[in-house]
Amino acid sequence: MLSAVWLVPALPLAGFLILLAAGRKLGEPAAGWLATAMVTGSFVAGLVTFAGLLGEDEHHRQFVFTVFEWLPSGSFSVDVGFLVDPLSMAMVLFVTGVGALIHLYSIGYMHGDPRFHTFFVYLNLFAFSMLMLVLGDNLLITFLGWEGVGACSYLLVSFWFERDSAAVAGKKAFVTNRVGDWGFMVAMFLTFTSLGTLTYAGEEGFLENAGALPEATALGIALLLFVGAAGKSAQLPLYVWLPDAMEGPTPVSALIHAATMVTAGVYLMARVNPLLDAAPTALTVIAVIGAATALFAATCAVAQRDIKKVLAYSTISQLGYMFLAIGVGAYVAAIFHMITHAFFKALLFLGAGSVIHGLHDEQDMRRMGGLRKLMPITAGTFIVAWLAIAGIPPFSGFWSKDEILAAAWDSNRLLWLVGVVTALLTAYYMSRQVFLVFFGPPRWEEEHAGASSGEARAEPEHEPAAAEAAPATPHESPPTMTVPLVVLAVLAAAGGVLNLPGVLTLEHFLEPVFEDRLHHLDIPAGVLISLAAVTVVGAVIGILAARAIYLRSTRPAERFEPEVLRRAWGFDQALAGFFGGPGRAFANFTSRVLDGRGIDGAVNGVATLVRGSGSRLRLTQTGYVRNYALFMGGGAVLLLAFFLFRTGVA
Amino acid sequence: MNDLGFPLLSALIVVPVLGAVAVALVPRSNAALVRGVGAATTLVVAALSVWLLVAFDASDAGFQLGEKYTWIADFGIAWNLGVDGISLFLVVLTALLYPIAVIGVRPHHDPKPYLAWLLLLEAGCIGVFLSLDLFLFFVMFEIVLVPMYFLIGGWGYGERVYAALKFFLFTMAGSAFMLVGIVALAFLHQQATGELTFDLVTIAEAQGSIAQTTARWLFLAFAVAFAVKVPLFPLHTWLPDAHTQAPTAGSVILAGVMLKLGTYGFLRFGLYLFPEAAAYFAPFLVTLGVIGIIYGAVVAAMQRDLKRLVAYSSVAHLGFIVLGTFAFTTQGLQGGVIQMVNHGISTGALFLLVGMIYERRHTREIAELKGLQKAAPVLAGVFTVVMLSSIGLPGLNGFVGEFLILLGSFPTRRWWAVVATVGVILAAVYLLWAYQRVFHGAPDEANAGTPDMDRRERLVMAPLLAAIVFLGVYPKPVLERIEPAVDRLIAHVEASSDFSQPEVAATEGGR
Repeated sequence: MLSAVWLVPALPLAGFLILLAAGRKLGEPAAGWLATAMVTGSFVAGLVTFAGLLGEDEHHRQFVFTVFEWLPSGSFSVDVGFLVDPLSMAMVLFVTGVGALIHLYSIGYMHGDPRFHTFFVYLNLFAFSMLMLVLGDNLLITFLGWEGVGACSYLLVSFWFERDSAAVAGKKAFVTNRVGDWGFMVAMFLTFTSLGTLTYAGEEGFLENAGALPEATALGIALLLFVGAAGKSAQLPLYVWLPDAMEGPTPVSALIHAATMVTAGVYLMARVNPLLDAAPTALTVIAVIGAATALFAATCAVAQRDIKKVLAYSTISQLGYMFLAIGVGAYVAAIFHMITHAFFKALLFLGAGSVIHGLHDEQDMRRMGGLRKLMPITAGTFIVAWLAIAGIPPFSGFWSKDEILAAAWDSNRLLWLVGVVTALLTAYYMSRQVFLVFFGPPRWEEEHAGASSGEARAEPEHEPAAAEAAPATPHESPPTMTVPLVVLAVLAAAGGVLNLPGVLTLEHFLEPVFEDRLHHLDIPAGVLISLAAVTVVGAVIGILAARAIYLRSTRPAERFEPEVLRRAWGFDQALAGFFGGPGRAFANFTSRVLDGRGIDGAVNGVATLVRGSGSRLRLTQTGYVRNYALFMGGGAVLLLAFFLFRTGVA
Repeated sequence: MNDLGFPLLSALIVVPVLGAVAVALVPRSNAALVRGVGAATTLVVAALSVWLLVAFDASDAGFQLGEKYTWIADFGIAWNLGVDGISLFLVVLTALLYPIAVIGVRPHHDPKPYLAWLLLLEAGCIGVFLSLDLFLFFVMFEIVLVPMYFLIGGWGYGERVYAALKFFLFTMAGSAFMLVGIVALAFLHQQATGELTFDLVTIAEAQGSIAQTTARWLFLAFAVAFAVKVPLFPLHTWLPDAHTQAPTAGSVILAGVMLKLGTYGFLRFGLYLFPEAAAYFAPFLVTLGVIGIIYGAVVAAMQRDLKRLVAYSSVAHLGFIVLGTFAFTTQGLQGGVIQMVNHGISTGALFLLVGMIYERRHTREIAELKGLQKAAPVLAGVFTVVMLSSIGLPGLNGFVGEFLILLGSFPTRRWWAVVATVGVILAAVYLLWAYQRVFHGAPDEANAGTPDMDRRERLVMAPLLAAIVFLGVYPKPVLERIEPAVDRLIAHVEASSDFSQPEVAATEGGR
């Protein structure tokens, strides 16, 4: 049963190849159904493997399946191989499960797009890459998947490439990720130099021996890997690509930029946990960056006007929570939150997509409102997701967030406080979104409500479908889109059962991966309950505040949406300003002045000089080449004479 | 004569020459026959190279299928050929790239001399890779200049005369030093051993017959010639001009094959003849290589001409090869050799694609191109794959060489490798930016009607794409054949200098 694991990545790969060859012929919707079937099959294969793993002895659940040797070079060797253990299987199941639902949703969402089949070509390639990432039995296969998902992200963000903003966003995502990849690559070189291997499992493997590395080396590798993780998982300061990546079609945002790819950094940190254990400083850095990102992104989210941008900053913030968990050693809490987040955030994005679809490509929340009556399924499921992310019990987000905060409290009160403030802000901005979109008076018929304020980016998402007659009544989406919403709503509501306090199903399952490196809470039950109560109260305050401002108040809410927050504290702009200004000027100088006039100028100068003296010496005959050849020959003879003479004397 | 009972290596050189003569004998008016003879010749050479691949013994580290016929007995000069894991794939690359360049791109005028020059060039390139005699090598190394000079000058674009002259002079200047070096080396060897010979193996294996300082000077004489060819910063400025002005097939061969004459020269002659000097000068050369990686990328990013951009990207990619070569580890050298092959495939493909764009739009100015993906989706798709290969995406060929080079240079040249890895980011910057400006966006009137790839063009690109994917997914058969030769070379360096490869990288030991 365990060997079914190779089917997990093989099916999406097959889907990719088939669609590449025959996607155009299959057309719509068959191409979409094929892609969905492949990922669903992958999910089933994952379940079979999972069942096989459960049948094995609890403490020996680590199996390697080698497909072939990829890069043999001297003592270095890397296989294309899969590591089946509780961590990889947990990842496989939620990636393929959520992935299949989003594939299904896309069939409805991408309806009518002239490149319908291409979309699913990329989507299946993404699923394959993501599964390689989580299943790889060494850092290099993880990196293969890592880069693969990055490339797919590039292709999908710029899917509607006719729009310049989409093209720029795709490039920005790839390049920013590459900055992180620099860290990942150097980390691999350092690992190889110190351990002689990149393979995870086994006696000689990375996991077994990383703990024994000198602390400085371990710290170096850990921080370099974290640079990679910060790029892929959009942490400070490399988060800048994610808000822009919302240019991609909404299912892409849900799949890649919320549920799966962006969690790869968290997965990587959890995977190399023995290394982090040997470098406590790295853990501190991760926790601090995670907490800072969580708070930072949450403040940005409160002022966004684009329905997807709110969710983008929210994702960055929630990923910050996961890194905070990693940093305090609460690995299971990080994975738990990753899974519940995949449920509710995918649901939020898909719900947002349904709203955008229903409003004929409107993304500005100021032109929404009152949609709950017109889009009951979307509204209902969105509200479930809202309660989950806000941390209202018994929805899934409450349990996972609570676990992280409890662990944070246990290790550093300041980190905990940052987490609680973030939780309050989360409840606030999500409530703001729900009220603006689904409650209050309908505003979608108003002619460009706030067009004068300019900045809100509300270009139509769908290139072709936008052609439909303009202000029609919003409508509920087709079943291919609402079914995934309902399934995800159930998961977002009940996902907490995966790891309820006291029962700790997920923790027991994952424990062999982390062993004693796992943070075990040493807090009395009374304190735990009080901590939970504090966060719930915080969440309720956030919801009430949003209600007061966006539902009860008739005054414009603009003053609660400061410009500086909408511009995300101006960091991205400053960065763009730097690279567009001094950075570009430097490159221009190098190219035009240094290379053009300096080096090449010198070359041409020498040539002119030679030609000049040549003509004075009346050596110009027919062709220049012959002359220069003569010069060279003469010089050569002189040099030769010099050498012979010199050595002859010696 | 070798075990095959057929002078395979000689045939690889002689057949293109015969092809060139045959092309020259066909009447000018019969253009179809000219093209037919040209194409047939390259296909025969390609078939011979496949035979070579099959006949090659993967476990043998030394030179194989040797052929030696006395040429000028008085000076110990011989027609001496042999192939090992380092030259094998360069010969195969040349032989397989040629039919693509010859059949895939048609000259705008005078196909007869064009094809004759191209075929002569093929003979020269293969000759360089197979020569085991210093004099023969020099002859081949120089011969390639002539056809390329006429190809650029005769079939190139606007600034072709300037570019051809610059190319010729640069390379000639470098070669002059090497000629001195070769002659001096042979006579010094004679002084020490009493035997006048230009045999590479004999001279290289007689380490210690030449004083250390002299050997270092001689190494520099060779190095200048190779550095110009690679090209190494700051000797690179002939490259963008030559590449940009050359006709498409010329650019493909120039980037795909001829740049490797330099990096190959460093391996075959620099390291083999002067191991101690190579180790001595390695930090210097590695520094130039790393400067090239960053510098080439930065300058590439600012180019306004798409073809010039691709040309500068070669400066960066070749910098990686120099870094790997002078890292003196199995991974570094192996990565360097396979990077030569991969760069030939990817950059050759890029030049073909840029040529296709030029044929359609009659411009290479990035600013004048826009939204081609809408108008020509297949062209855009192929360009994307080749671009990702050039950027070094794992799973495609470009990654294999780049990764092994960096991995292999980290243990011996740590900080150089760390800086060189930045080149991986920069590659994404200049290529994706160019792609965005050329292919993305909504096409304006001038670009909207751009036709997509036709059947012949798809057929031309298909083998390149297949190679890009195959070498990315399953490089093992190639790596396995390169490794013994590379290990032998490292052992040679270790034996003659105080350098020794870190245990973690060496084939034995480590794990």
